[in-house]
Amino acid sequence: MVNGVNLLFQFLDNFAFIVLAAAGLAIIFGIMGVINLAHGEFIMVGAYATTLANIRFGLPLLVAVPVAMVATALFGLAVERTIISGAVPNWLWKYARLGLAGGLGRLAALDAVPERAAASIDAATRRLPESPLVEPLYDRLADSMVATWGLSLILVQGARIQFGNSLDQVGTPVVPFVGETISPAQIPLLNLIVENSEFSYSAYRVSLAVIAVGVLAAVYVLFTKTDFGMRARATIQDEDTARALGVDTGRTYMATFAIGSALAGLTGALYAPTITMVPDMGTGFLVESFVAVVVGGPSVVLGTTMAGGFLGAISAAVTNLLGSTFYGRIALLLTAIVLIRFLPSGITGFVRELRERRQEAT
Amino acid sequence: MAAETTGSGSNLPRPVVAVVRAWQRVFHGPNTIGNCWQFWAGFAIAVAALFAYPVLAGGYQASRFALFLVYAFLGLSLSVVWGYAGILSFGQVAFFGVAGYTFGIVSLNISSPLGIMGAFVGAVVAGALLSFVLGYFMFYGGVRDVYVTIITLVVTLVLETFMSQTAGDEWTIGAAPLGGFNGMPGIPELTVPIPALPGVWGSPVVLGAGDGTFYRFALVLLVATYLGLRALVNSDYGRVMVAVREDEDRTRMFGYDVERVKLAVFTFGGALAGLAGVLYAAWGNYISPGVYALTFASLPVIWVSVGGRKSLLGALVGSIALAFASNSLVGQWAFVIIGALLLVVVLFLPRGFVPAARDVVLFAWRTARRYRGGEAEGGVSESPDAAADPEVTDP
Repeated sequence: MVNGVNLLFQFLDNFAFIVLAAAGLAIIFGIMGVINLAHGEFIMVGAYATTLANIRFGLPLLVAVPVAMVATALFGLAVERTIISGAVPNWLWKYARLGLAGGLGRLAALDAVPERAAASIDAATRRLPESPLVEPLYDRLADSMVATWGLSLILVQGARIQFGNSLDQVGTPVVPFVGETISPAQIPLLNLIVENSEFSYSAYRVSLAVIAVGVLAAVYVLFTKTDFGMRARATIQDEDTARALGVDTGRTYMATFAIGSALAGLTGALYAPTITMVPDMGTGFLVESFVAVVVGGPSVVLGTTMAGGFLGAISAAVTNLLGSTFYGRIALLLTAIVLIRFLPSGITGFVRELRERRQEAT
Repeated sequence: MAAETTGSGSNLPRPVVAVVRAWQRVFHGPNTIGNCWQFWAGFAIAVAALFAYPVLAGGYQASRFALFLVYAFLGLSLSVVWGYAGILSFGQVAFFGVAGYTFGIVSLNISSPLGIMGAFVGAVVAGALLSFVLGYFMFYGGVRDVYVTIITLVVTLVLETFMSQTAGDEWTIGAAPLGGFNGMPGIPELTVPIPALPGVWGSPVVLGAGDGTFYRFALVLLVATYLGLRALVNSDYGRVMVAVREDEDRTRMFGYDVERVKLAVFTFGGALAGLAGVLYAAWGNYISPGVYALTFASLPVIWVSVGGRKSLLGALVGSIALAFASNSLVGQWAFVIIGALLLVVVLFLPRGFVPAARDVVLFAWRTARRYRGGEAEGGVSESPDAAADPEVTDP
């Protein structure tokens, strides 16, 4: 019986990990068609920001978490403007181009024949391409992967240079009403069944499952009940039509990326007390979140929930059965491979197809 | 000039013209860059310089450099699979690692020269087999685009997780302990059995790292691979590969079996990556689960995209140059520089560095000719494919 409760706690832990790690990635992938391989490093940014705010600046943890979220969102915004949309390089290029053309024109004016000088200014401006220098990475899956991978290399090594190979860790916060650890005897219904309460689990990590559900609910409300959500969904459905109807898709993308980054920051902040603070801590999050997003499919909230639930359950069951997290991880990854193979559009994509087929039949 | 050599009014002897024509028919085409005699002259000089390298720099330097040649096979394998057939595989290192481990296990168990040669072949077959099974599983199941990337990446990570927990004694195959995180040391060097008399094996040649024989072996193999791949991508089959990359559905509509083409290319890429893995294991006498790690898995993607994935030369130069640079860049800024390089290339030169450099060279060449007062028609005759094409008849 204790084993069953152990399984439940482990499942909640896995579920929270997968959902929190995947939520930001799922939003960015689902709406922008950008695969952010630096997502793990965004989480690292959130974790580092929390820890620094707490240790260096003495902010209490409850304040440090929103600070880290804002910091990561701003960071994400900067990344979106410079790399993902290429807006900053293009803006610079626009002015550099004008300057360059002016310079070439002046050079040509040294010929001292005014008409020819005017003509060469003209020729010089015409020869420099007027099209933007950088194409946005929206919906360019492979390119966005490669670019964000480069970003992730820079972030990991940058953090190592700036903060050294590890950072002091903040202590795990005590969960109100529960305490440091949780055992079956503390849970109202379970204590009727389980007399033996020797077994216990970190209460903080289990309580993250509650927060994960809260995050999912917030994302659901954001994308279904608000104006922003409506514009975002319009942009996914048909970008050109949305733009024709007056949606500023560029701004929608910008906001989406910032929200995804903020969620990564939240994840980092929440896991900062439980994970060793090393610069490459992000890779531990990346793979599971990546897999969960793909297994989940196009619907962000439902897909992430189902993928988190399913993969978390498999991993918890195998880890408990074989007594090694190695096998749990292998089982999770193998399940993901098989699922992607048989449901290439993910769980929610499959559900959607079924529904469409049924509608056609009637 | 190449155009004059091949033109009808040539004063060269006919056999030479025939050889040049045959050479062009096989190696020239729209899918590669460098379809002119200037390129081949540069190529010959580069190969000669690489052959002279051990003499000039010494055996130790050459044996260090041999690693980058080994990586070039890995880069080429990704270029064929991703650049030409449009399948972004994050799992080339999976085939690389499986072949390396297979080579280690077999050659540690049968360490006679013949056994090592068998291990060599067997390991390449193992890499190809894994990619065949994986490719069949994916392509005939309708897995496409980025999902292929993710499945290949996940397979790599499964292998990493699995190999990392093989530290125990129960994970010993014959005389070869798998060794978990610590990997498998003591893998023998490549040895070629030379037949002296019929039926009797003479003195075997050990391709050791110390004296540069391994380096020369890898270099010969690399040049042959490059030429072979050039012939492949410029053949009819290469055109079909490119068609699959450009538009899968349209290619299918024209009656090609897209799944079969993708599976064949993927398997071939797996074999090539496996060859790289064998050479890697033999080069360092060592292999560990680190070859399956996310950081190592991303390296081929980096090399190939920086060099230019849609060109074999780009992949080749990109792999060697970047592997060399990141090895020589000491200090903590190395990864920052590599990451920044990757960003710059994706943003500003999405086609890669080598194709962009070629455009610059061509532009400079043409401008120089115009100012010298030549007729400036064509400059470097970069596209004799128009002349080579008429024989081509697609089925």
